[in-house]
Amino acid sequence: MDTFYTDLLCVGAGLAGERVAVAAASAGFETICLSIVPPRRSHSSAAQGGMQASLGNCCKGEGDCPDVHFADTVKGSDWGCDQEVARLFAETAPVAVREMAFWGIPWNRVVPGKGIYYKAGKEYEKIEKREMEGMITARDFGGTAKWRTCYTSDGTGHTLLFTMDNEVVHLGVTVHDRVEVLSLIHDGQTCMGVVARCLKTGKLRVYLAKATLIATGGYGRIYRETTNCVINNGDGTIVTLDTGIVPFGNPEAVQFHPTGIVPTNILVTEGCRGDGGTLKDVNGERFMHIYEPGKQELASRDVVSRWMTHHMRLGKGVPSPYGPHLWLDIRHLGAHHIKTKLREVEEICNEFLDVDPITQMIPVRPAHHYSMGGVRTNKDGAAYGLKGLYAAGEAACWDMHGFNRLGGNSLAETIVAGRIVGEKISEFLQGYEVDFKTSIIQAEVKKQQEKINNLVSGKNGKENVYEIKAAMGDELMDRVAVFRTGAELQKAVDNLQVIYDRAKRIGLSSKPVGANPELSMALRMPGMVRLALCTAYGALMRTESRGAHAREDYPERNDRDWLKRTLAYWKSEDDTLPTLEYEKPSKVWELPPGERGYGSSKIICTEDPEICTPKPETN
Amino acid sequence: MGRTLKFNIFRFNPEDTAAVPRMDTFYLEETDAMTLYIALNRIREEQDPALMFDFMCRAGICGSCAMMINGKPDLACHTKTKKLPSEITLMPMPVFKLIGDLSVDTGTWFRGMNEKVQSWVHTRKTFEPHAPEERMDNALADEIYELERCIECGCCVAACGKANMLPEGFMGATAFNRVARFMMDPRDERTNDQYFEVVGNEDGIFGCLGLLGCEDMCPKKIPLQDQLGVLRRKMGFSQVKHLFKAVMPGK
Repeated sequence: MDTFYTDLLCVGAGLAGERVAVAAASAGFETICLSIVPPRRSHSSAAQGGMQASLGNCCKGEGDCPDVHFADTVKGSDWGCDQEVARLFAETAPVAVREMAFWGIPWNRVVPGKGIYYKAGKEYEKIEKREMEGMITARDFGGTAKWRTCYTSDGTGHTLLFTMDNEVVHLGVTVHDRVEVLSLIHDGQTCMGVVARCLKTGKLRVYLAKATLIATGGYGRIYRETTNCVINNGDGTIVTLDTGIVPFGNPEAVQFHPTGIVPTNILVTEGCRGDGGTLKDVNGERFMHIYEPGKQELASRDVVSRWMTHHMRLGKGVPSPYGPHLWLDIRHLGAHHIKTKLREVEEICNEFLDVDPITQMIPVRPAHHYSMGGVRTNKDGAAYGLKGLYAAGEAACWDMHGFNRLGGNSLAETIVAGRIVGEKISEFLQGYEVDFKTSIIQAEVKKQQEKINNLVSGKNGKENVYEIKAAMGDELMDRVAVFRTGAELQKAVDNLQVIYDRAKRIGLSSKPVGANPELSMALRMPGMVRLALCTAYGALMRTESRGAHAREDYPERNDRDWLKRTLAYWKSEDDTLPTLEYEKPSKVWELPPGERGYGSSKIICTEDPEICTPKPETN
Repeated sequence: MGRTLKFNIFRFNPEDTAAVPRMDTFYLEETDAMTLYIALNRIREEQDPALMFDFMCRAGICGSCAMMINGKPDLACHTKTKKLPSEITLMPMPVFKLIGDLSVDTGTWFRGMNEKVQSWVHTRKTFEPHAPEERMDNALADEIYELERCIECGCCVAACGKANMLPEGFMGATAFNRVARFMMDPRDERTNDQYFEVVGNEDGIFGCLGLLGCEDMCPKKIPLQDQLGVLRRKMGFSQVKHLFKAVMPGK
């Protein structure tokens, strides 16, 4: 058995994982990153539009500051976030953006003088100040009071990830790519590392670490139609849930992005609407101004996705062999703008749709996009329940997003959380020692080997893994999507329990030599169905509407009864449902619950004096 | 529509001691807007679950899925079957180490490349968290981004005559593009002489045969030919200087 020892093990080498690795390596700690793909291929690379930071350099961002960014983030979350974390995030984001500039990001910069921009399809003029020339500029994004989203064309995730990996190479951090995690090694109190499988040879490995970070991103592949890439299967979320000790925070908080292209669900950036693109219906008419006279196309993603779905339900969708869709129109932005600021969008439209966005409209509809839920941590990124276990980025429920994440806040979270959590892990590692118990390590390896043996021999059954994956994806897509009802959610839970039973009886149909892909999928499939069950069951139990969780049978945001975060546990392997507990979403209520300023939710107010009275920040 | 596609796919699993390299044939009914991403996943899910290939973003952004498609390197995810004949031959990219079937180890190769060219901003400054950023002209930022768009897919390497002759040593256009990117970045304090140490040799820019398969096959259409030209001129100048120093020590 290949066994590796290290101070810090980062499971996942996207932006969050690598930023933590850079922090720990800079502090002198030995760090290994595991990644299921070469690190520069991580899904962070697909983020397009940009990252929010309140630099306030461009004229439309004047007067911006962390206070405004904080307030936008809390409103965006529909008061579901942890306000201490949101504050920490907003304060650190400008530093993080400048640090990335220092490391080499070619951020787009302020060009002084007159310029035109588009909003709601109309042309306006702006004048950038001479004294701000060459400072980092920003574009408009949904749900924000200022232009705050810093960008490099529409390849922001790509440049961030390459630059971060440059630092990883610079510092000599070890990266083991093509390795998948199978389980955490722990004794009920302390995390000691992971059992993993090499995807070059198919062999099991043990990694022993003083601290282990989960940074495996989202788990969107439990849905049939998602913008997420094919590796977003939630491996890190699964292995933490499997401990029975670490909770999965807010599994029902799932974001649908307004502009997935039809039929492939590839994302086109919110920057399209931020830069002035409009949404149109079957008659070629705009409609968002009817529903949201203020923010129009630039309300938060949950709100825009709901109105788009509503509009299509009214029969205003464009019929297609793949079901109805709407149009995204960026033609008026012009060839120059599209060819410099929306290059990837142009390429995606040309290559995957045969559509030229300079002269044609883009077929779009809401698609699953982001997991607000994840491994529940405190504000230091330390997971609940196990010492030495951390999480950061989309994999974590750190929880600055609550029930809806703002566009541009996920790239920002990876860098900001990575920076903060990396420092906290370095403090934790200072002088920390852990006993690696061989009996526990051996037992965990044996358990994983047995799982593989059973899949190979077909001891538990001969169910086909791909059929189970498809059935799970259909269930979530059809019943746990943009709009939800108790009856449909109950059906989803019932059906997913049947699917879960089948998932335990998977058998391989191919010869499992080397990095067999069927075995990889089979090993994680029961875990994926557990994540799906947490999502559906969490949604069924939450009898209110908040952010992206929209219950048609409970349309009010109920702050009186539901101003709380779901904590889902999978306590025993024999359970067929998660155990749900709840906690207050925030200890600090700097911004007491109120109207978001977009969306049309009715609110049942809380009378808790602790929550209603604004309190200053505590740190 | 209505075509039956015949796929000839290279098969070899190095972990299987009994295996010998072979070609397997699969048939699929072509569907509307079919890409090789859709086709290969259908073959795996419906016909051969052991078939190895790599996809990640399936949107032409991550660079995972480069392979030889009817003899030419390209990203499988953005390749539509309707642009191909009904018989499609898929091979793994050469130069890179084979993992199995269509999957090759680009990760190790590119980590090596990034180490060789020291792909990071070299500066003696330290980051000041509370100072404003250094200014940069937006036009320059755009120019850097143009070269920064490389996704490390490996198509330029697979298409390179020299890399195919010297798979262990030759750096390839992707490395030259990276060096050119840092050369134009004022934040990087390296001198031409320091870059010369990295690429001024036969494994580097002087080993390039000028065949330009890289330029032709880059799926992101990065202007590689221009970078080769710039680098060759600058490094040629440094080489003359080096020779001069060798002849007249002390200068």
